Amino acid sequence: MTTNPIVGITGLNKWYGDFHVLRDINIDVAKGERIVICGPSGSGKSTFIRCINALEEFQEGRIVVDGIELGPQLRRVDEVRREVGMVFQSFNLFPHLSVLENCTLAPIWVRNIPKKDAEAAAMKYLERVKIPHQANKYPAQLSGGQQQRVAIARALTMNPKVMLFDEPTSALDPEMVKEVLDTMVDLAHEGMTMLVVTHEMGFAREVADRVVFMDAGQIIETNTPANFFANPQHTRTKLFLSQILR
Amino acid sequence: MSDLSISSFVRQELIPERPAPVKVTGFVGFLRARLFNSPTNILLTILGLLLLWVTIVPAVKFLLVDAVWSGTDRTACLAQNAGHPVGACWPFVQAKLGQFIYGFYPQAERWRVNLTFALAAILLLPLLIPRLPAKGLNAGLFFIAFPIVAFFLLRGGGLSGFGVNWVAHLLSGFADSIGDLGRKLARLGETTAVIGPLLQLLGNLAALLGTAASVLIWPLIWLEKQIQASSYPVWADFAATAMIVSVALFVLNGSIRTGWRALIVSLATFAGIGIVIAVMGLDRGGLPIVDSGLWGGLLVTLVVSVTGIVTSVPIGIALALGRRSTIPLIRFFSVGFIEVWRGVPLITVLFFATYMLPLFLPGNFKVDGLVRALIGIALFSGAYISEVVRGGLLAIPRGQSEAASAIGLSWWKTTALIVMPQALRHVIPGLVNSFIGLFKDTSLVSIVALFDLLGQIHASFADPVWATPTTLFTGFAFAGMIYFTFCFGMSRYSLFVENRLNAHRG
Repeated sequence: MTTNPIVGITGLNKWYGDFHVLRDINIDVAKGERIVICGPSGSGKSTFIRCINALEEFQEGRIVVDGIELGPQLRRVDEVRREVGMVFQSFNLFPHLSVLENCTLAPIWVRNIPKKDAEAAAMKYLERVKIPHQANKYPAQLSGGQQQRVAIARALTMNPKVMLFDEPTSALDPEMVKEVLDTMVDLAHEGMTMLVVTHEMGFAREVADRVVFMDAGQIIETNTPANFFANPQHTRTKLFLSQILR
Repeated sequence: MSDLSISSFVRQELIPERPAPVKVTGFVGFLRARLFNSPTNILLTILGLLLLWVTIVPAVKFLLVDAVWSGTDRTACLAQNAGHPVGACWPFVQAKLGQFIYGFYPQAERWRVNLTFALAAILLLPLLIPRLPAKGLNAGLFFIAFPIVAFFLLRGGGLSGFGVNWVAHLLSGFADSIGDLGRKLARLGETTAVIGPLLQLLGNLAALLGTAASVLIWPLIWLEKQIQASSYPVWADFAATAMIVSVALFVLNGSIRTGWRALIVSLATFAGIGIVIAVMGLDRGGLPIVDSGLWGGLLVTLVVSVTGIVTSVPIGIALALGRRSTIPLIRFFSVGFIEVWRGVPLITVLFFATYMLPLFLPGNFKVDGLVRALIGIALFSGAYISEVVRGGLLAIPRGQSEAASAIGLSWWKTTALIVMPQALRHVIPGLVNSFIGLFKDTSLVSIVALFDLLGQIHASFADPVWATPTTLFTGFAFAGMIYFTFCFGMSRYSLFVENRLNAHRG
């Protein structure tokens, strides 16, 4: 399965000052694979996926995304970011731009696509996340769930090969979690490579190929969802699962 | 769980909306709720009314009721001639209005000032009204073309050359000064003991560099000589510059594939410049020169404040970004610049620019007095603006620039498209506050022998023809009204912009 990984990470180490926040992370992600990363807060899972598109710098190791190598010097960061889309916990939509402008900004200014074409493409993605009718509203006029779906559409407009989700549903009201998860499930079924940091175990069961459990900056256990939930190996994993599954 | 929560309740019908009781809305409601709702508020209302009575009544009496409206000299504004105690002496303002607006600008040339004001209004008003189209073109005309036209209109004078001439002079001057410096160093090296040889080497290197530079720019110098020798040097130079720049832009923008737009824009710009040169006769010496020492009144106030406002914003933005830069050199420079300029009073800046700077500059390098004051004010207010802008930058969450990076925008594009637009929206009140402060601070230029509106009014008090007991108050009342009109206008417009730009906050 890992013969030709789209994301390859070897020996990733990161320190915040003296604090060793990521410790020897090694993982390969195959094209089209859906990986759910879970773990207690402070375990480094957000920091880990933020390293993949160079929002965090790291001191040791090597990340290869679709053949583009990202070392500690972050030399090819622009190329990597063009291949990787990201969805944040707090949406981070641009509040001064309309929904449509949020989705056309990068295609117009990074890929130099003419405005008309960019808008047509953006509408396609907004339809895919089921909110084309909100295109001319501003983010503040939308609900949290709608904002997060716009954020997903915005990331998709750049045609990324990999999508990163950093706790996409944690800031949402319970009523809105489902609409965002549905969008992500659709995306997964279309074959997108996804790395998802989340505590939505239902989502992990439904779409994940692998579940990665992290604690104290390291990968503790990796397994298929079925085995992960039914038959956890490490004591730390068992403790974590007993606390979140009631 | 207490007993109360056990009894269950299910609503059968939803309660419909109904209007509020009459007494909390309307005029009576307002009086009751806001002005007379408690003993303290009743007292405050009465005090407020008294205060208004005490201030407004005398003001109206002075400015309107007791005012003298016509006359030809001081006698009209004396109590024994008017037959009542005299308030404002408006004929004084009428008689001096020309001075208040133009200063000592020659009578025959005042149309140039009026034309400049008219051009400014024609270009500025459409820029301020959001509904009107072509904002880019309009902004270009106002911020780039207008200052140049205004310079030649107000000051006069013409051109002796154009782009080729300027560049040739600049480069040859540069090459010469490098060569000179090198020769001086080499000579110094001959007479110095220990580091002599090193100095000599450095000097010879620099001299060589200077010579090499002059050889490199020789074709340009030759072209310039040919142009100056022709019968229409300005036009020949203009054509050469237009051709070189347009072709360069065409090639840089992708030649035959995508360069056409750049070529057309460049040619259109040069056509516009050509029309201006022809209409104003800049190739034939232009309008007669009016030295800036003769400018005064509202003209100087507006020139200084508009230039200050327009130039301080880009300076402020650059400094604010520099202060947050990760490159230490840029950061230290920005912090140092901001702290020095903020730590010095504007009067000191103006004094320094006017009286001390000429002592430091080389003898043949002369800068006009008004321009020196303008530069001082621009840098001074730039430092203030930069801190206002930085306040706005601090209010933008980190997630915004992270999200922009994540979709592939570079630092410059993130700053220009995401961070700065939001930061500036946050600080509109602070920016306008600074602009209003700057507008009024321009009156300080009167201490460096520039006569702005207030200085001009002050100077006119000395005229014995209009010496009356109320001349002073009339003049200051007039100055107050003018300043208030401009500042209040800025304030109202900024509120309008705020409301418009913050529409997205839902």
